[in-house]
Amino acid sequence: MSGVCLTLKDIQINLNGKPLLQINTCIEPGATLTVMGPSGIGKSSLLAYVAGFLSSDFSASGEIFLGDCCLNDLPAEQRGIGLLFQDPLLFPHLSVAQNLLFAVPRRVSHRRQQVDQALEAVGLKGFGDRDPATLSGGQKARVALQRLLLSQPKAVLLDEPFSRLDAHLRQEIRQHVFQTLQQAELPSILVTHDAEDAAASGGPVMTLG
Amino acid sequence: MLRAAPWLMISLLTIPVLAGLSAIVLPAFAYLPALQYHEPGLMVWRELWGTPGIGRSALLSLSAGLLAPLLSLLLVMLFLASTSGTRWAAVMRKLVAPLLAVPHAAAAFGLAFLIAPSGFALRLISPELTGWQRPPDLLILNDALGLSMMLGLVLKEIPFLLLMALAALPQLNADQRVTMARSLGYRPILGWLWTVAPALYPLLRLPLFAVIAFASATVDVALILGPTLPPTLSVRIIGWFSDPDLNQRLLASAAALLQLMITLFAIAVWIVAENIVARLYRAMLLSGNRRHGHAVLNVLGKSLMVMTLGTLLISLLLLFIQAFAGTWRFPDNLPAAWTLRHWQSVGPLLLAPLGNTLLLGLLSTAFAVLLVVAVLEHERRQGRAPAQILWAIYIPLLVPQVAFLYGLTLLLEQLRWQPGLLMVGLAHSLFVVPYVYLSLAEPYRRLDPRWQQLAATLGASPNRTWWCIKLPLLLAPLATAFAVGLAVSIGQYLATLLTGAGRVTTLTTEAIALASGGTRATIAVWALLQAAVPMLGFAMAIMLPRLWWRKRRDMTGQLT
Repeated sequence: MSGVCLTLKDIQINLNGKPLLQINTCIEPGATLTVMGPSGIGKSSLLAYVAGFLSSDFSASGEIFLGDCCLNDLPAEQRGIGLLFQDPLLFPHLSVAQNLLFAVPRRVSHRRQQVDQALEAVGLKGFGDRDPATLSGGQKARVALQRLLLSQPKAVLLDEPFSRLDAHLRQEIRQHVFQTLQQAELPSILVTHDAEDAAASGGPVMTLG
Repeated sequence: MLRAAPWLMISLLTIPVLAGLSAIVLPAFAYLPALQYHEPGLMVWRELWGTPGIGRSALLSLSAGLLAPLLSLLLVMLFLASTSGTRWAAVMRKLVAPLLAVPHAAAAFGLAFLIAPSGFALRLISPELTGWQRPPDLLILNDALGLSMMLGLVLKEIPFLLLMALAALPQLNADQRVTMARSLGYRPILGWLWTVAPALYPLLRLPLFAVIAFASATVDVALILGPTLPPTLSVRIIGWFSDPDLNQRLLASAAALLQLMITLFAIAVWIVAENIVARLYRAMLLSGNRRHGHAVLNVLGKSLMVMTLGTLLISLLLLFIQAFAGTWRFPDNLPAAWTLRHWQSVGPLLLAPLGNTLLLGLLSTAFAVLLVVAVLEHERRQGRAPAQILWAIYIPLLVPQVAFLYGLTLLLEQLRWQPGLLMVGLAHSLFVVPYVYLSLAEPYRRLDPRWQQLAATLGASPNRTWWCIKLPLLLAPLATAFAVGLAVSIGQYLATLLTGAGRVTTLTTEAIALASGGTRATIAVWALLQAAVPMLGFAMAIMLPRLWWRKRRDMTGQLT
């Protein structure tokens, strides 16, 4: 699998006409750009803009490229950009396996087999029929990451994904996420308050504000 | 398709109302070519003025339109103040929707069984306290001042205002405000009255106006509990409209216009009073009273609400008892014998009205839920909704039904449209759509937007997201909205009577037709059925999502 670069070209985000942040960068496959800064500086708006659902209070300019492909005019679901939220957000009405199956594109063959393999890869073999509410915090985080990977994104956005985890879990999950993203050669943007997150990502750090 | 939804809803709710109102203007001024009236003039108004007791009828409508809402509002505010943050509020949250489901007519019949001279209340204290061995000759029901009618209205408006208030409170952070006031030394109830009530009131204004419109122009409650000599204006309009002498329709049109003016006048009086009360209230609020009256308000708020809701519950229970009662002589508290006879006699007559009731309810509600979901989903995708929607929702609720439905019927007759189930169903939708919207809008907007964003980043289209994620997550509020719609449709009296030209019978029209002249037992059977169907709907709306999601822990409860 060979990844493509995620390029943010002259991006500027404004709130009610006032510029919040500017960014112009290129993220290599497998690399992570960490964006840090105080609340309200527009970090989450940057992710929303790249993912394709910036709220109408904001305006933004600049172009987003995946490889040579410009994403600006594509709706969120066609951008090929995955997103990890603060919470694992496993769909509460679906079983663990159904959560994963929802993410596998329809063109993929042997979709159920892919789901089973994904569960096995994170040590959750046999958990497919479980209610997500019965998983532990660490298990939920792993399932959320596997679900993201099964959707075959070309780039990943991380919105403080470790901030709600207990201290002992945080390090383990953090390592697991960055390792997985590197292996999959996915470029990623991490938004965080935590300097340890930035250090663990091993990539460039941009501090706003 | 989705883009058209808001405008479809706005036109559906406003055009029939406006068309209906405009259809009564010309006949009211003696212009109705179909009946050979070609010269407009004021003769109809002169005739209306000369009708015996017309002033009293108008005054009855006006006073009911002001007093019933005022009493309901005071009771609801007192109750909320005295129970904020307590277990009472949680219990109320569970009770309020099923109580709202009880149709006006069923509640009014039950109340009649309770307070009539031969009713349950006097049976309880007779002959021990009163010495009465036979029912006293008192005019309690249908009293000339309309007091029992107002009581009936208050009983039914309280659950509505409570539901509206309970839905509005979360956005006000009521607990936080009260905590803040308490830290400044205010007792909890006064803290609530000074910091939460002024913020809550504006959110209750439109619902209150709807209550005023309903109370000032009610027909079904007035037929059952209201005065008879003379009856309220709304009842007289229906009388003139149903008169075999078609010329009476001119009179009905003018009276319908008068009814509209009375309702608008009541709302205007209310708005003027609002200004005065707001000033007094502010002065009281700023006087620094932290303690005085706390104990009284506490007892008053809770006991009055227990009494009102208790009355409603006992009334329903009485329907039940009466429907199975055999011999039940006067001062006996309970029937001496029980029987199924009344059900056997009603049984064969039941099929058509029950079928019509269910058909109308299911069709108008299904249509309303589809339309409302389309409007809310469009709002979600666009990020905003047309500002006119809130007003459109309230138009059919603010204009007196008897005025515009009567006009609409005149109009349909002139267009020679066949009255039938379709027309009645559309008329029901005028009321079902607003209530379904009011019930569904909050939960729909409150659904965490991240579910949708997450599904999109996983590659799911908006439509797939709706079917696979949003629909299941919103199953419980959708089921509740469906039950609300069903209850509203089942309770419709005027809409069925007028647009169905009396030929479409439902449980409600049959029950009310018995109001004058039916035996108590038959009335009880019909009214009980009328109340049972919507209650059943609510029971299913609560049970089904729980059963469906019994294996998904996070789906039971917290999303509704």
